[in-house]
Amino acid sequence: MNIVNKVMSNKWIITLYTLPALLLIIVLIVVPLILSGYFGLMNWDGIGAMEFIGLDNYIVALQDTKFWQSAMHSFLLALFSALSLIAYLAVALILASKIKGANLFRKIYLIPMLLSSVAIAQLWIKVYNPSNGMLNSILMTLGVNNPPAWLADPNIVLYAIFVPIIWQYAGFYILIYYAALKNIPDSLIEAAKIDGATPLQIALKIKIPLIMNVFKVTIVLAIVGSLKYFDLIYVMTGGGPNGASEVMASYMYKLAFSSYDFGYGSAIGFLLLIITLIVTVIVRKVTATKEEIEY
Amino acid sequence: MSRIGYSLLYICLGLVAVFQIFPILWLFMFSLKTNQEIFAGSPFALPLEPKWENYLKVFDGGIATYFWNSIWITVVATVLTILIASMATFAITRMKWKLSGLVLGLIMVGLMIPIHSALIPLYNMFLNVNLIDNPLSIVLTYITYNLPITVMILLGFYTTIPREIEEAAIIDGSSIHRLFFRIILPISAPIMSTTVIINMIYNWNEFVFVNTFISSEKYKTLTVGIQNFIGQYMTDWGAIGATLVISVLPIIIAFLFFSNKIMEGITASAVKG
Repeated sequence: MNIVNKVMSNKWIITLYTLPALLLIIVLIVVPLILSGYFGLMNWDGIGAMEFIGLDNYIVALQDTKFWQSAMHSFLLALFSALSLIAYLAVALILASKIKGANLFRKIYLIPMLLSSVAIAQLWIKVYNPSNGMLNSILMTLGVNNPPAWLADPNIVLYAIFVPIIWQYAGFYILIYYAALKNIPDSLIEAAKIDGATPLQIALKIKIPLIMNVFKVTIVLAIVGSLKYFDLIYVMTGGGPNGASEVMASYMYKLAFSSYDFGYGSAIGFLLLIITLIVTVIVRKVTATKEEIEY
Repeated sequence: MSRIGYSLLYICLGLVAVFQIFPILWLFMFSLKTNQEIFAGSPFALPLEPKWENYLKVFDGGIATYFWNSIWITVVATVLTILIASMATFAITRMKWKLSGLVLGLIMVGLMIPIHSALIPLYNMFLNVNLIDNPLSIVLTYITYNLPITVMILLGFYTTIPREIEEAAIIDGSSIHRLFFRIILPISAPIMSTTVIINMIYNWNEFVFVNTFISSEKYKTLTVGIQNFIGQYMTDWGAIGATLVISVLPIIIAFLFFSNKIMEGITASAVKG
């Protein structure tokens, strides 16, 4: 066995096999994240010389109402996404209760998740088109006289955008819950049935507690995913009208690549990182399992 | 459960299915209609006679370049990601060294971070080495940003490979490269196919990196390219619909053939996170 140990701890081979991954991760993920904090200390247009201005950008950001407005929208999206998980769980519970055709339903639900956010955004721009879109055509057929201009109305644009986001991810979460529910041993459910438990009791008292760990993982995914959400909003509205649908990532993108304010944009990007990390830690703490459930 | 109860459940599931599928069906239908049909007719109506000209118009407009770029960038990035991730996972899980945990932790940093936080420095770095408006910047970022999820999916399988396989190979005089390329990679084929699917979907649909690093039409991929197309067609709904259908069709066709594998991959990418 000595020779095996010797071969399997060859330092050169270990270096050779891990170096490509390690180099890429360090150069293209770790270093840029650190640089983002550093660039945030600069007054810089991305082309000319950098001017060190200390924490000015970060102080400005903390008083920037546009930034806080976009942060509020991101958190609102996170809240919506987290709450919608309950609906997905309900659908998955129905699907997993020996429904014929469950597999087909689950596939249909998943299709939007496979499409690019750009295609989804363009499709929903058409769905929401005030005069010829699918939604308003249906509403007018139903006798609604003045259906709203969904994406142009600052009061509803944010909620109008939440709908395609939910549309995009519903199938993903239903799929995850369904897989977890299918892992519950049948014997447990049968035993409960023999004891006279109703389907609702079985769902609430047995199934949901048993997949709680998966549910907690999805809460983290939904909240963190929402905080960094970008593509669909950027394409659908560009954060408009007048910032009404701006989120943190789209605000940062606009500062950097439309206004060429790389210093301030970096500061916002770094704050986005810090906020995401803090929220991740908090959500993990809050949902931490005290005891592992065995079955 | 009672019959009525079951029917109600089916109605619920059916309504969700209609909500999920109808916008896509509507897209397919208006991609084959004229503007008059779309604007005057019901959104539920089938096209009177399918207007395939809409698709010809889009191909004449040059969508093929974007399509080809999406294909080669997706394939190259996916192959390299999986090779690099497999090598790293092999060294981390199968070989004996003190820092393996630390290296794994470093790779996993990439799982939770918002890419926007790295975007400006990345842009600046690529600008300094002349890789802005060069597809290499896209391939490199795709590989790097998909490494964490790929390693995570591979990890579970690699830890279950029996020690005996390695021992037998090495005692037989096999080199470690031979062990990795001839034995470990082939037996990991099923889990690799899961990572292939996840990587392909991510790369095909990626938007921010291309939108930020690429400015020439000849290097743009479909996600960014269709933005131009749609801007240029403005009010020609049929052409816009055809553009969107062309961009989503490969994924939908892949799903028809590999739906179980795709669902497995998506589940694996999420639950372990």
